[in-house]
Amino acid sequence: MELICPAGTPAAFREAVEAGADAVYCGFRDETNARNFPGLNFSREELGEAIAYARRKGIKTFVALNTFMRAGHEDLWYQAAADAVHLGADALILADFGLMAHVAETYPEQRLHVSVQASASNPDAVNFLVEAFGAKRVVLPRTLTISDIARLARQIRCEIEVFVFGGLCVMAEGRCSLSSYATGKSPNMNGVCSPASHVRYRQDGSDLVSELGAYTINRFPRGEAAGYPTLCKGRFDIADASGYAFEDPVSLDVMDQIDALREAGVSALKIEGRQRGKAYVAEVVSALRKALDARPEERRALLARLRLLSEGQRTTSGAYEKRWR
Amino acid sequence: MEFPRPLAAPLAAVPIPLIDRAVKLMFKSLLRRHPGLFERLGEHKSKRYAFRPTDLPLVFVVEPARAAVSVMRKPADPAADAVVESPLFLLLALLEGRCDADALFFSRSLAVIGDMEAVLSLRNALDGCEIDLPRDLCAFAGPLAPLVSRTADALRRRVLAGEHAAWN
Repeated sequence: MELICPAGTPAAFREAVEAGADAVYCGFRDETNARNFPGLNFSREELGEAIAYARRKGIKTFVALNTFMRAGHEDLWYQAAADAVHLGADALILADFGLMAHVAETYPEQRLHVSVQASASNPDAVNFLVEAFGAKRVVLPRTLTISDIARLARQIRCEIEVFVFGGLCVMAEGRCSLSSYATGKSPNMNGVCSPASHVRYRQDGSDLVSELGAYTINRFPRGEAAGYPTLCKGRFDIADASGYAFEDPVSLDVMDQIDALREAGVSALKIEGRQRGKAYVAEVVSALRKALDARPEERRALLARLRLLSEGQRTTSGAYEKRWR
Repeated sequence: MEFPRPLAAPLAAVPIPLIDRAVKLMFKSLLRRHPGLFERLGEHKSKRYAFRPTDLPLVFVVEPARAAVSVMRKPADPAADAVVESPLFLLLALLEGRCDADALFFSRSLAVIGDMEAVLSLRNALDGCEIDLPRDLCAFAGPLAPLVSRTADALRRRVLAGEHAAWN
């Protein structure tokens, strides 16, 4: 199975390549990619240099153009696709059907991957994208069990890529409006979930309070590990109880299920984290590469250290090993 | 690892203009080696960033638009768009991109108050710059540069041992 690694900067890109990535995914510095954070991402020149660097090392580069085109401004996405193709991207990761159609018609030789943002998670949806646009791979949402993935794999005609480590989005990606509800901006249209422009942290006594727009998301007592200020991982008062309504502040780690994922028909394992620093990329990619090459009984020890890098300093296998109803 | 108290305490007695002068020289040298450092900041280049090492009696204010830095003694609370608090060695590790800021934040070793977007921009700009303080600052040491660089490198390894730092 391929190890697909994130890069938000050229420095992180080089770290990913050196640490053992089979492919690195990244995006342009604009709203065409779903990690449109300030100071992050690649200029055209930087992407060209990164692709050339990766190619010399035998590593592939996937370019994420995985937001949805704004009506009347499609040229921004069309130009990004043209530039990525021209610069030599090994695959484009797309979410918008209109952009998929444009790429399939304009660049029929270009390899096309279906972004998790497209929310394609059943055989009919995936096979439609394969037949209509020649998609070669689908990135599945983090809402399926390994059994679900195995059943899906038997019925679709393209490769499967799944997230195995990093931020855990528990929503139907590409369709979640929580960030948009609180801030007017979403990963789907603007490339930002809980945009930093709307985030505030403040100390209240010994508590750290996180706020998103007009909403208080969480209150962390002294000594408790903190998390991202997303509504889906907020701590709320509901009736007489106080707690996490959707998901705890916790990260995904299903690296102990590598063999099950392989047997289920998965072709590629994806690490989330284009917004993370190069130190994170270097450490996580290196550990996961070693784990992939190690015997099953050795993996737990190799991965234990990564927990401290994770949101809330805890990890979960999430829906992959769903034990709840 | 925190800055040793016996070394931090005397800083309270050193005249601020002296510290300020030394910090300005180092800052200038760093910018000379990394002229594109602030280019990724975009609109946030005009912001003021305050850095408050939790283990030093000092506050550092950086103004990218003026390529300027200034030093104040605590409890000074200079006007700033964003304030970053952490032990000194972790701030320096972040400057070099050797530690992951999110991980430090999760562990509560790092606190950010104020304009989060400006801080994210700066973090990402620094991360792309490949700053190496022992290498970049040894110009100060003249003929002793190799010795100073080796010593600083050894010190860095020691203080960051046990932290989540990538030795790239």
